[in-house]
Amino acid sequence: MTRTLHILQGGPTLSVQDLGRPGYRAQGLTVAGAMDPLALYEGAALLGQPPTCAAIEMAGTGSSFQCDETLRIALTGAAMSASIDGEPLVWNASHILPAGATLTIGGAREGSYGYLHLGGGIATEPVLGARATHLRAGVGRALETDDALPVGPDTSRTIAMTLPRDNRFSGGALRCVASMQTGSFASEVLERFCETTFKRDPRANRMGVRMDHVGPGFTTQGALSIVSEVVVPGDIQLTGDGAPFVLMCECQTTGGYPRIGTVIPCDLPRVAQAPAGSAIGFEFMDMDTAIATQQRYTEMLKALPRNVTPLVRDPAKMRDLLSYQLVSGAISARANPFDKET
Amino acid sequence: MTEWPIIRTVGLSGVLVTFAEKMSEPANRAALAFRADIAAQAWPEVTEASTSLVSTFIEVDLAETPAALIKERVQNHLATRDWYAAPLPEGRTLWHVPTVYGTDLAPQLEEAAEVAGVDPDTAIKELSTSRVRVLTIGFAPGQPYMGELSETWNIPRQEALTKSVPPGSLVIAIRQLIIFTNASPTGWRHIGQTAFQNFRPASDMPFALTPGDELIFPSVSRAELLRIREHDTSGNGGAEREQIR
Repeated sequence: MTRTLHILQGGPTLSVQDLGRPGYRAQGLTVAGAMDPLALYEGAALLGQPPTCAAIEMAGTGSSFQCDETLRIALTGAAMSASIDGEPLVWNASHILPAGATLTIGGAREGSYGYLHLGGGIATEPVLGARATHLRAGVGRALETDDALPVGPDTSRTIAMTLPRDNRFSGGALRCVASMQTGSFASEVLERFCETTFKRDPRANRMGVRMDHVGPGFTTQGALSIVSEVVVPGDIQLTGDGAPFVLMCECQTTGGYPRIGTVIPCDLPRVAQAPAGSAIGFEFMDMDTAIATQQRYTEMLKALPRNVTPLVRDPAKMRDLLSYQLVSGAISARANPFDKET
Repeated sequence: MTEWPIIRTVGLSGVLVTFAEKMSEPANRAALAFRADIAAQAWPEVTEASTSLVSTFIEVDLAETPAALIKERVQNHLATRDWYAAPLPEGRTLWHVPTVYGTDLAPQLEEAAEVAGVDPDTAIKELSTSRVRVLTIGFAPGQPYMGELSETWNIPRQEALTKSVPPGSLVIAIRQLIIFTNASPTGWRHIGQTAFQNFRPASDMPFALTPGDELIFPSVSRAELLRIREHDTSGNGGAEREQIR
């Protein structure tokens, strides 16, 4: 039986995303995928399914959704106001969306990118091995009003689970390593860069996030003669006016602007979620420390399914109590999502 | 003096082998040949290898594989031959891509000719008969950087960006040409318009060009290009192709 999720109101902020499309850099196509991949792992843990399942990414604000069949859903990433037929929903948790009910998701209260996950995942036809929309490359497009998305078969029944929230939604220190051109910057420029408190500029999208500061720009002598080189997400690029851009998942594959350093992958969700105006700093680490930090993040991702706990609600206030599966559908604490189709 | 090639880490994403400080024919061939060879080695820790003009990027998760280890393997592999003398890849294609020069479809032909110090007719004659090679694919999916044109075309990028050039536009700077994949702002001058699509996501051959392929951009009339746009739905934009032997 095919289940279909209806988008009652589309817009440029909504797109289907998964963990991206690796293997095409040589052809000029970056991996891309979700701006906050950690949110995809959280959604997968809440619904007890693989992190490769595609979800809906909502930049800054959500939309209204409806399904002709009952669905399990989970909400992760930037906390947004959410309700089903007027009944408020807890963020960072899994819920039931009854057939025909309207799920309404509003603006972000904390962070920038919210995610709507569906039990079974979105089952659109993969392009080049992934379902992720790559807006800049023209692979797929933003969701439009009246779009209908097929939903994959759901093999689990667990709902009303939650995960603790972390602190990645308000900016903060970004951990970096030296990159190709770090050495071409004068030591006093590097020092000033590390001591500066930046503000996340409102100009940000899936390609990159601009950081503002008071004072002169950060430049290097050799800036104009740099031959075009590979670009990776996390690269801190300095364009003409010397303001840093942290390049994100839809960045170009090559570029000729100097890069002062690279934000390590585990801090990119923090860049993505930093709201406009939040304070940002850059902190350089040596390679060994950065590697150990990144390894801890990978371990944390693997442990997510074990950290899911039941959402505590007062049964007396639950009008929909009888619609819940109250006994069956427990998830295994030892299940490792990495054992399944990763 | 720097000893080329040099090997550097790129964030925690891999290592970059750079064969020269700036664009040169032997360094470009070295980068292409080294990439092809790394791909053929199929080292388990390497997820992908790609090139820019004069470098090969080897994608490796450095949180899983120590940088020193992969650098040493790359260093040893570099020592196995003279990459600067490597031949071009095999199985290359020569494309003839119909192009409108100038008119409202490509409004910066005259400006580019003036900067290059030639009159527009000479410019069209020279550009429409130059055979260029795909030096690298990058920036956007399937987008070729092609060269090198004669020294006449060693013109700088314009200081102010053009707000947007359309898909299929042919732009020029620093002895190179680009066909744009998608509408994009650019500092390069828009001298020609084609109906060629670099990237065809729904097709079984989504990336039309490969580094090493060669192209000629014969001049056609505005009317002819409009006719091609209407009739050729393949993405080739009326282009003909032949195998290079």
